Amino acid sequence: MPNYYQPEVECASRDQIKAWQDERLVKQVKHVYDNVPYYRNLMEKKGVVPEDIRSTEDLNKLPFLTKDDLREAYPYGLLAVPLSDCVRIQSTSGTTGRRVVAFYTQHDLDLWDDCCARAIVAAGGTKDDVVHVCYGYGLFTGGPGLNGGSHKVGSLTLPMSSGNTDRQIQFMCDLGSTILCCTPSYAAYLAESIYERGLQDQIKLKAGIFGAEAWSEEMRQDIQNKLHIKAYDIYGLTEISGPGVSFECSAQGGMHVNEDHFIAEIIDPVTGEVLPDGEKGELVFTSITKQAFPLLRYRTRDICVLNREKCSCGRTHVRMSKPMGRSDDMLIVKGVNVFPSQIETVLLNKGYPANYQIIVTRENNSDKLEVLVEMTPEMFSDELSKITVREKELNGALKAMLGIYAVVKLVTPKSITRSEGKAVRVIDKRNLY
Amino acid sequence: MTAKQISVFLENKPGQLTEFAKLLEQHGINMHALCVADAKDFGILRIIVDDSYKTACVLKEADYVFSITPVLAVEMPDKPGSLARILDLLAENEINLEYTYAFTSRKEGYAYMILRVTDNERAIEVLGENGVKLICQHDMGGIFCQ
Repeated sequence: MPNYYQPEVECASRDQIKAWQDERLVKQVKHVYDNVPYYRNLMEKKGVVPEDIRSTEDLNKLPFLTKDDLREAYPYGLLAVPLSDCVRIQSTSGTTGRRVVAFYTQHDLDLWDDCCARAIVAAGGTKDDVVHVCYGYGLFTGGPGLNGGSHKVGSLTLPMSSGNTDRQIQFMCDLGSTILCCTPSYAAYLAESIYERGLQDQIKLKAGIFGAEAWSEEMRQDIQNKLHIKAYDIYGLTEISGPGVSFECSAQGGMHVNEDHFIAEIIDPVTGEVLPDGEKGELVFTSITKQAFPLLRYRTRDICVLNREKCSCGRTHVRMSKPMGRSDDMLIVKGVNVFPSQIETVLLNKGYPANYQIIVTRENNSDKLEVLVEMTPEMFSDELSKITVREKELNGALKAMLGIYAVVKLVTPKSITRSEGKAVRVIDKRNLY
Repeated sequence: MTAKQISVFLENKPGQLTEFAKLLEQHGINMHALCVADAKDFGILRIIVDDSYKTACVLKEADYVFSITPVLAVEMPDKPGSLARILDLLAENEINLEYTYAFTSRKEGYAYMILRVTDNERAIEVLGENGVKLICQHDMGGIFCQ
């Protein structure tokens, strides 16, 4: 039984979606050109005027925006309405450099909440659900986004925010949380903690909406099995609004981009050329309904694939794959691109815990990739040779996946920092920049 | 007729064994035998203790990864040739030895070895037939309080 929050939009015909996009894009370009001198300059440099943009086919005439632009224009340079019309500021978690701030009018917040509501309903949420939000509240968009969406759906919202695992679990048991919203690494940590306390029978969760960090299909299976829930992916970024830019439906085959608000493109990250559907490249978003902070052709740095095939859930909006990596957490080791998600896939396939850490060092001008893996009872033996064989197997599987040699280092159980927010998976000690 | 060896995973970094020893001390657990097998980044600590059940509980609580393996504890006269005789018996019967280590007791004139073999049952049979004395976990305390 498919669940929609706004069926007339989520299942609209492709022609209808195209018509909305054409109309809104033309309006948005004019709005930005008139109100954002920073972007007007970029357009002028490219010799483009608003009249050149008549439909989505003209999108590629527009200049790109990058995170560097956002930093340069910090804080008000990309604001398109008077500050007095704004009601909210959110900010990125700042893991990759200077903070970026985004502004919202009340209208922007409403539309953002709608996007999150679509995600919650797609995960089976109704007004009878208890939505347990343990994304951080505050400047981070995770908490406020899902909170707003849950209100729109009419679910009972538990604004837990992150941290204090004991209290999370207690409320989950006492108040009967049915939908969990947090980062996948925290979901895995919660699952583990619930088992440690022997409380698995008191948990009423049926679904989880997990995003804000990279996670693999294997990690999904792991969380689903441990918590007996269906785990849904959600994607978003503060620059474009927050979580809910795209979300997964029950088909679990990619995330539907809310195309009535955001136009998605895939480009070649080197040349900037737009790539056809199905090709892997950098995801670019144009926000066509935002008033306060309307970014045009914003380069997300996320590498993924778009799929316009009809989805079994009935939604017509394009699906994006799980990001296969981010240019800013992609490591280049010995000249080879390495994504932490690849390492995670190998570990989970071989029955190791998903809690790992990647350490990159440089010795005598040569890169060394080390993967710390926690020892488990299954892997352990009183005989050294048996452990060594398992270690070698893992080394071989990593080599096959990555194309380069990684040194596996077995470490004490629970010695790798467990995250209550975003996981620190990679430590690059090379000081390359 | 076996002793219960507890094998513990320890990461190869300063303080790991100290921490472990202190944990046993806190719980009043006494070790009869100890041996460390070391790889590059980690080691396997193998111990025989007075109370293996209690030790297992303490280790589980402290999040150690460990296993319990039945091994043979052999008593032999403390003189040249004793070990060779036992090893000969094993070899003649094609019982492979994975690893071994020695320990002492308060009993004068005797030496003790832990043997980890591929086939415990066969080894017990062969050694028994040839009059080699095996100390089981239950009797382990006996050789330490004379």
